[in-house]
Amino acid sequence: MTALLLRDFKLSVRAGGGALIGVLFFMTVVAVIPFGVGPDLNLLSRIGPAIVWIGALLSALLGLDRLFQTEREDGSLDLLLMQEQPLVLTVLVKCLAHWLGNALPLVVASPLLGLFMNMSEIAVGATMLTLLVGTPALTFIGAVGAAVAVTLPRGGLLVSILVLPLAIPVLIFGVSASYAAVEDPAPFMPPFLILVAITMFFAVIGPLGAALALRNTND
Amino acid sequence: MTESLAITKFSDLANPTRFLGLAARILPWMAGATAILFAIGLYLSFTTEGDYQQGMTVRIMYVHVPAAWLSMMCYSVMAVSAIGTLVWRHPLADVSHKAAAPLGAAFTLIALATGSLWGKPMWGTWWVWDARLTSVFVLFLMYLGLIALNRAMDDPGRAARLSAVLILVGFVNIPIIKFSVDWWNTLHQPASVIRMDGPTIDQEFLWPLLFMAIAFTTLFFTLHVMAMRNEIWRRRITAQRRMAARMAGRTPGSEA
Repeated sequence: MTALLLRDFKLSVRAGGGALIGVLFFMTVVAVIPFGVGPDLNLLSRIGPAIVWIGALLSALLGLDRLFQTEREDGSLDLLLMQEQPLVLTVLVKCLAHWLGNALPLVVASPLLGLFMNMSEIAVGATMLTLLVGTPALTFIGAVGAAVAVTLPRGGLLVSILVLPLAIPVLIFGVSASYAAVEDPAPFMPPFLILVAITMFFAVIGPLGAALALRNTND
Repeated sequence: MTESLAITKFSDLANPTRFLGLAARILPWMAGATAILFAIGLYLSFTTEGDYQQGMTVRIMYVHVPAAWLSMMCYSVMAVSAIGTLVWRHPLADVSHKAAAPLGAAFTLIALATGSLWGKPMWGTWWVWDARLTSVFVLFLMYLGLIALNRAMDDPGRAARLSAVLILVGFVNIPIIKFSVDWWNTLHQPASVIRMDGPTIDQEFLWPLLFMAIAFTTLFFTLHVMAMRNEIWRRRITAQRRMAARMAGRTPGSEA
């Protein structure tokens, strides 16, 4: 399992510019926003957490179709399916590796973008914390979509369409927790704890669904 | 004994020919019942007096509420069929949830459109991003995604199993829609018909609404059975075309 984790992590970091591409896309999305809404710093600092979250969501979707695709192409997916370890566990480990390789760099990059958005220190910290807690949920939800679309030639687009609706609750609570940290009357903890709950929920549902889908593509 | 008998009856339907026979027998009755219920429901909805505040626009409710209720029920039907696909491998369940997805999308669209039309005079806006509206819109997107997934795959069996997985994962949205108006107190009103302490809606509106809801439900099941029948026929035609294509390359003499 550790070997699989390390292997997947290395692959996702190294292959095809992997992690850097995701971060680059994230920065590009966020950088485009001021061109769209204008360079008003007050407005930007108000919508900043939301922009950073949406950028992270989109870039988390970007690498998802690769989650099982390469394994399928070189045949190692069949080996994973035939392993003695439960497939759910394998999928969970793959998700973790994918998260470490693709989503964690986004979390690390988010304070810089928060600075661009003229967000206060508290807002930057809160956004980073919520991203840290919320992005695993995105990966787990995405795993289901990636597993469902693994056999399709143009799966990437379909994965995004299938996954985005399910990812909306994560976005809602991630953004509302970030805002609650800045605006006084709203408490920070309730939305944040719900976000944690969503992540834990999908940590169970996601690998289960993905394993089920992978089994069904191959018989 | 009775239960095992019911299970046998149910698995008998796995034979598509038997299902087609049953469908042919009950479809006229279902269609007839739908027509009668719609006649009663529409008559009642147009003869009751309008609301003293909302006037005529309250009649939109008689379409809006049943359509919204069906948009959720259709997803539940699909979820049950998805379990049928994955657990019992019932061939009819594949057909069932594939046929239900476009219907669900249609009813959700009706609910959204009528709600929008009703919202303009009542709330003063076509659309607000409140909890219920947003979650129903997400449901609509999920239906479209499922249809897209089904169309993207050639093999109907595999498409059915994969979309079944997705349906079950997406089922988390249904409780969110149902309770969104209780959890987030927003513009959309909370439930007023199905409540623990009885309906709070006036008798005058309740009866037409009930009839329209039942009429919509029977309409859904009629259309669903028809769509399943079409799907079975479509698969048969595909299979026969494949057979024909396979035979076409051979000259009659070279057989065996």
